[in-house]
Amino acid sequence: MAGPVPLTLFGVAQRGMSAQLVRMNAASSNLANAGSVASSEDAAYRPVRAVFAEDYDRASGLSTVRVSSVTRETAAPVKEHNPGHPLADANGDIWIAPVDENAEMTEMLDASRQYQNLVEALSTAKQLMLDTMRMK
Amino acid sequence: MANSLFGIHGAALELRSQRLGLITSNIANAGTPGYKARDIDFGAALRASVKGQGIDAAASGAIRYRVPVMPSLDGNTVEMATEQTAFAETAVGYQATLSFIRGRVETITRALKGD
Repeated sequence: MAGPVPLTLFGVAQRGMSAQLVRMNAASSNLANAGSVASSEDAAYRPVRAVFAEDYDRASGLSTVRVSSVTRETAAPVKEHNPGHPLADANGDIWIAPVDENAEMTEMLDASRQYQNLVEALSTAKQLMLDTMRMK
Repeated sequence: MANSLFGIHGAALELRSQRLGLITSNIANAGTPGYKARDIDFGAALRASVKGQGIDAAASGAIRYRVPVMPSLDGNTVEMATEQTAFAETAVGYQATLSFIRGRVETITRALKGD
């Protein structure tokens, strides 16, 4: 088996798009769990966040991006006194997931814009390569 | 052989293709903390390759870090407007170089056919 294939422009764009997809999934997970309630502080949902890192390919000199980890934020859940709630603990408190909807929406928007940028770059490069191949 | 046939345009096409890849790297890393945007100084790379350096060596010798207009807090120096302008410029340049090469090929083909 030969060694790893050197990265091309297409590989760079493809991995970048995958990374942006992970970021979008994380943001939509957070949005889906916004306002979810738990009966203890530990059980409450904490927002997830994708952490990106540069992935340098020595063979081609190009660098792409990879998701180095998906971590949970350390933000504290919001405590609310609501004795009537079915999930309330002994003190009558419930814990609400600390999701900032505005931040998640901006994160989503940013990820989709960067995805679009990569698609744009990819289609331009594809057109140029096709022109080169079809040259007589 | 290819060098004498296409003149400077063969090297230029390869260099532009490499620059396109590097700018795509910058676009892909627009959200990576601490990433430093890089670009090829096309003029310097072309001069180096005219002096007889290989394309890969000429390209990697002319890689420069981009100086950001406004540094960001996470250390990332990618600015989308700059990158997109550079990408468009390189794409148009690639097309221009390609049409020079195409013209050269047509000339040679006509000479070979003799009509």
